[in-house]
Amino acid sequence: MSATDIGLDLQHVSKDLGGRTIVDDLQLDVRTGELTCLLGPSGCGKTTTLRMIGGFLVPDRGRVLISGQDVTTLSPDKRPTAMVFQNYALWPHMTVFKNVAFGLRLRKLPKAEVKERVEGVLDLVGLTHHVHSYPARISGGEQQRVALARALVLEPKVLLLDEPLSNLDAKLRVRVREDIREIQQRIGITTVFVTHDQDEALSISDRIAVMSGGKVEQYADARSLYREPATTFVAGFVGTMNTYEATVVPGGVALAGDLVVPCGDLSATGDGVWEVGVRPEDVRVSLDDAGAAADVLREVPRGHYKELVLRAGPHELRAFVGSDLPPADRVSISFARALLYRDGVLHRSATPVPAHS
Amino acid sequence: MGKRAHGQTLGVAVMSAIESEGVVLGGLPEAQLPAAPLRPRRAVVRGAAHRIAGVVFIVCLLVFMIGPIAWLALRAFSGLWQYPQLYPKDWTLSGWRQVFNDPNLRHSMRLSFEFAPIVTAASTVICLPAAYAFSRYRFPGRRFLLISLFATNAFPKIGLYISMAGVFYSLNLMGTFLGVVIVQLIGTVVFMTWIPAAAFSAIPRSLEEAARDVGAGPLRVFFRVTFPLAAPAILVAMILSFLASFDEAQGTFLVGVPNYITMPTEMYTLVLNYPEQVAAVFSILLAIPSVVLMAFARKHVMGGRLAEGFQLR
Ligand SMILES: Nc1ncnc2c1ncn2[C@@H]1O[C@H](COP(=O)(O)OP(=O)(O)OP(=O)(O)O)[C@@H](O)[C@H]1O
Ligand SMILES: [Mg+2]
Repeated sequence: MSATDIGLDLQHVSKDLGGRTIVDDLQLDVRTGELTCLLGPSGCGKTTTLRMIGGFLVPDRGRVLISGQDVTTLSPDKRPTAMVFQNYALWPHMTVFKNVAFGLRLRKLPKAEVKERVEGVLDLVGLTHHVHSYPARISGGEQQRVALARALVLEPKVLLLDEPLSNLDAKLRVRVREDIREIQQRIGITTVFVTHDQDEALSISDRIAVMSGGKVEQYADARSLYREPATTFVAGFVGTMNTYEATVVPGGVALAGDLVVPCGDLSATGDGVWEVGVRPEDVRVSLDDAGAAADVLREVPRGHYKELVLRAGPHELRAFVGSDLPPADRVSISFARALLYRDGVLHRSATPVPAHS
Repeated sequence: MGKRAHGQTLGVAVMSAIESEGVVLGGLPEAQLPAAPLRPRRAVVRGAAHRIAGVVFIVCLLVFMIGPIAWLALRAFSGLWQYPQLYPKDWTLSGWRQVFNDPNLRHSMRLSFEFAPIVTAASTVICLPAAYAFSRYRFPGRRFLLISLFATNAFPKIGLYISMAGVFYSLNLMGTFLGVVIVQLIGTVVFMTWIPAAAFSAIPRSLEEAARDVGAGPLRVFFRVTFPLAAPAILVAMILSFLASFDEAQGTFLVGVPNYITMPTEMYTLVLNYPEQVAAVFSILLAIPSVVLMAFARKHVMGGRLAEGFQLR
């Protein structure tokens, strides 16, 4: 990958606030035209990271590069970034048109060009009918799109969005995030999107950086993030994961209480105790007695599939099964696939990993 | 825009306090609505009692507020009017003629209309930056300064003026134009600092950051975003300052005499040295700026688009 392919590069960025290290030696690169989500629990430093990219905070250590150019200490007005704020931050005393045109007017562009570009971008976000409305007069979803238009009209190199959908109701949220993704791909803009909603992150990003405690736990596309969470934190944060302490035995894993569950695919082998993670859809449920016995505690219909809450020995686990599975009190379970973690980190290897020293 | 939702700035709050007077009066027709026929008897009786009490209260309020003003208005146009007479017998404009023909009184009017705008302008220039600093920066002594500004207005001012006079003597400011401006300024500082500071604080920082983000420098952000959004409150503060300066009598008298006698200070001597009508005319003249400015504020600050913008969340 050549340097110019990287639209945004955070190199060992750290920030201390209020005597605490909020962002800790963070590494992140976003390819040109890529949409990256920063996903993590509240307080993990997502906004702080985004504000350092936008220039509202200066990192204490590390560098911020945009298209290979160091912008670490530039103020927001000197950076080729544009931010969409969580509360939209539209100027209430300006019409939609003036809100969007403000940045262009500062650049002293000719009136005709300003008009043309503003109308173009309002067309892009589908707001041509509200050109002369005041922000207080339009709906939340429309305000959100004005904020997006105001950011896009300057043709920034990097677009930053801080939980842009959190003020919208659930239905609108899904529609607007698809709109954002569609527009982002159409103009091919490098984008960083902050959210704590995994659904949002999984559905619109090219890659997702899962953050915790100011660090990036894993940076990968949605599929590998879900299929192979690199740490137990990611495994627990993204999707549902059954986790148990277990040892590896021939043909499966042995959980506490002498419960041996057959397992098709183990990410690693080796002696000693592992933390084993199994996705609910990787729990195979059958009515014969091929695997370990389990009681059905609850059956939750989920539309095209069912979620079963099972008890096997001392353990509770969740399984996603087809809705065609007939109701039963007692079933037999096996694992199609299990991920083995030691010290919170995923192990993937064909050769046996030695037990804990 | 969380804060903004309840975002009545102090200034707007002051205005709505002024407004509420109108609300009381506006409540009158509603109080006279006929009772719904189907209500139980007891409730009807109680409702009627409440309504009568309301009407009595409002009538008392009207007599109390409008009474003196009505008397002034009648007095200003009346000739001889003595105790047992319910209303004046003969009408005349002689009071008005006398006021506008008297060189002393004319001079005092001119002075008043010179001082008030100058003091307001000076107060704005001095206090707005302070208000901005109070709202945007946390510095040591901030709270103390804010409270002490308030304290200058909370205690009887005459004490403050007397001690100021001592300083003014040594600075040769007694009896000077500048001296009067300074002494009037003191009374406006609290409005011009507190109200705009509250307005600046009510503006979400993200609005300023968004302007930085699209390329505006700090000064431009202030003049294009912060100032316009705080403008209604600043306007209210300026009106209050103008009126405070226009009505200021104690300090102006102490410092300005004998060179600078403004309208309110003239009132001290007017009552003794002129006929009663002249005093009435002069009082009405003195009240005109208040009425005009309040009406202006009501129309352009309360109902205008500027106030409307504050309803954005
Ligand atoms: N100026 C500051 N001074 C002190 N602490 C701060 C400051 N700004 C942020 N913090 C702290 O930094 C931590 C991370 O804040 P940040 O806003 O980056 O979190 P976040 O990941 O965006 O969370 P959320 O999802 O809730 O928005 C929080 O614990 C916050 O209290
Ligand atoms: Mg945040």
